[in-house]
Amino acid sequence: MKFADSPVLTPTFPPWRARVVLGLLAAAFGLLAGRAVYLQGWNNDFLRAKGESRYSRSLELPASRGRVLDRNGEALAVSTPVKSIWAIPEDATLSAKQFEALAQALEMPRGELRKRVADTARDFVYLKRQVPPEVADRIAAMKLPGVYQSREYRRYYPAGETAAHVVGFTDVDEVGQEGIELAFQDALAGRAGSRRVIKDRLGQIVEDVESVRPARDGSDVVLALDARVQSLAYRELKRAVEAHRAKGGGIVVLDVGTGEVLALANLPSYNPNNRARLTGEQVRNRAVTDQFEPGSTLKPFTVALALESGHVSPLTTIQTAPGSLTIGPATIRDAHPAGALTVEQVIQKSSNVGAAKIALALPAEHIWGMFDGIGLGAAPRLGFPGEAVGKVRPFKTWRPIEQATMSYGHGISVSLVQLARAYTVFARDGELVPLSLVKVDNPPAGKPLLSQKTAVAVRHMLELAVEPGGTAPRARIMGYRVAGKTGTAHKQEHGGYVPDKYHSSFVGFAPVSRPRLVVAVMIDEPGAGQYYGGQVAAPVFSQVMAGALRLLGVAPDAPMKPIEMPSGVLEVRDSI
Amino acid sequence: MARLNLVLLAVLVACALGLVTSQHQARKRWAELEREQARAQQLEVEFGQLQLEASTWATPARVEQVARERLRMHPPGLKRLQVTDTRTGAAQ
Repeated sequence: MKFADSPVLTPTFPPWRARVVLGLLAAAFGLLAGRAVYLQGWNNDFLRAKGESRYSRSLELPASRGRVLDRNGEALAVSTPVKSIWAIPEDATLSAKQFEALAQALEMPRGELRKRVADTARDFVYLKRQVPPEVADRIAAMKLPGVYQSREYRRYYPAGETAAHVVGFTDVDEVGQEGIELAFQDALAGRAGSRRVIKDRLGQIVEDVESVRPARDGSDVVLALDARVQSLAYRELKRAVEAHRAKGGGIVVLDVGTGEVLALANLPSYNPNNRARLTGEQVRNRAVTDQFEPGSTLKPFTVALALESGHVSPLTTIQTAPGSLTIGPATIRDAHPAGALTVEQVIQKSSNVGAAKIALALPAEHIWGMFDGIGLGAAPRLGFPGEAVGKVRPFKTWRPIEQATMSYGHGISVSLVQLARAYTVFARDGELVPLSLVKVDNPPAGKPLLSQKTAVAVRHMLELAVEPGGTAPRARIMGYRVAGKTGTAHKQEHGGYVPDKYHSSFVGFAPVSRPRLVVAVMIDEPGAGQYYGGQVAAPVFSQVMAGALRLLGVAPDAPMKPIEMPSGVLEVRDSI
Repeated sequence: MARLNLVLLAVLVACALGLVTSQHQARKRWAELEREQARAQQLEVEFGQLQLEASTWATPARVEQVARERLRMHPPGLKRLQVTDTRTGAAQ
């Protein structure tokens, strides 16, 4: 009998059993194949990403914030890299010695540091931000567990308090908070880039995985400011504010040809590099955001309008005797009652009665049109945050007394920048120029407002005002012909005038033969006895204008003769 | 036939080794590039700091102070001033 036919081998199982096993095996294979197809086909991206995350890293490429430069390339705000020191409190188990060394390096109070390191509820805590790189390197060398560093930037302002109001500052995350830093935030801010790389076991980069998205550094902003003129303006303003024990002050220097703001300073100021005790009073950019009653500095515009419309000529006589003028219930007074004055003398002696009489002969609508034309009641659009608009009421609501007082700058309010800009009309043969904080390559076209003849006539009157017999002989400069107008006005508080608080101002330009600069000075509440614009503000104008003309290399247009101050009789005070 | 295969095998091995070397070279160069880029960035940082330092030294107020105090300079007096015309060079 053959082995195969042995009855022992005859299967005793039911025949379906083998089929079931075969079926199960086939199903298991099918499952495996299906899983394989799923992993390799549909779920591929997820797995690949998981794999990559084991060896590839995404690195951030830091972008630096652009610099703020003055017109000559001098840096006014620069970012330099610093480190921030942070910790994972749970991992930061420091020995007493390590803790002491860390506290010493960071120059932090022990309690404060202890509190931060011990805060195990959080997984991330800054120990100190903006640490200088040398200190950070020392800390890195200590190899403290759970203490890490990351790179950030800190903004430095080399010009310090001098240009603080123009440049402004950023917060700790380099986001602009004030001034140019805020106004040009978009341009200055960079955009961080990123790259994915493969790193080896030692953490060295082996190659790029994807294309690199490069960091875009913020672009530099070149201001119209001239750091030298700015420094001079700030210094002289500070000297005057201190000498007259004033509450504050502002100064604006404009380039007549281009409308560029060459200097803009305010007091009180602050050091943007150390803003530990900063008050709103210090941060306020007064020249731009504060409005005040300009006083007599507006007289030339009323006179210009009268000249332009042919109502008067420079030599028309106006009777100002007896030095006061009663309109309804109110009376306008002159500081020095005079008899008949020519229109020129009205400006030179700053006669309120004269200006009021000229204004009353003009239609209110035209006067309003003049104020509107020179940019009063509209933001100067410098790009600064919070520019003051000023206040010019619609002419339909003017009463005669208001029309009269507005002619000499009362019942109307302006910012110092608006006032400085308005004077470009006289400096530029009748054109108003748009202002610019950033450097201008192509001088913008001016907006014509007055004829050249009128502008020249008013220039002559303003030149008379700074000569002996005018209100501001202290504004004169050796070697240059100067023109300008003083202003002295009572401060307004709580809706009324304060009898013993004043705004003293002076606005002028030079050299008269070919005006190059407009300088406007305002001193807020001089408290040392003197308060007339010609005594308080005009000397600042003179110092700053003289220095700026020399710095800019403007040719003198007058003989180099020393300036003698007239004796008291010849110096006329403003009518307030 | 076998001979040709052997030659091709040798070529293949040579190519493979070449690939390994070139890959190694590439990685080395890459690491070098990375180092240089890091250095460039470091230099840029230093440049920024030096620029900051320069502009701090060049503050007009400081320049004036040094000119006055250390160099004993002062504005010229009237008698020592002469205005000239830049076009003709003649004194006025």
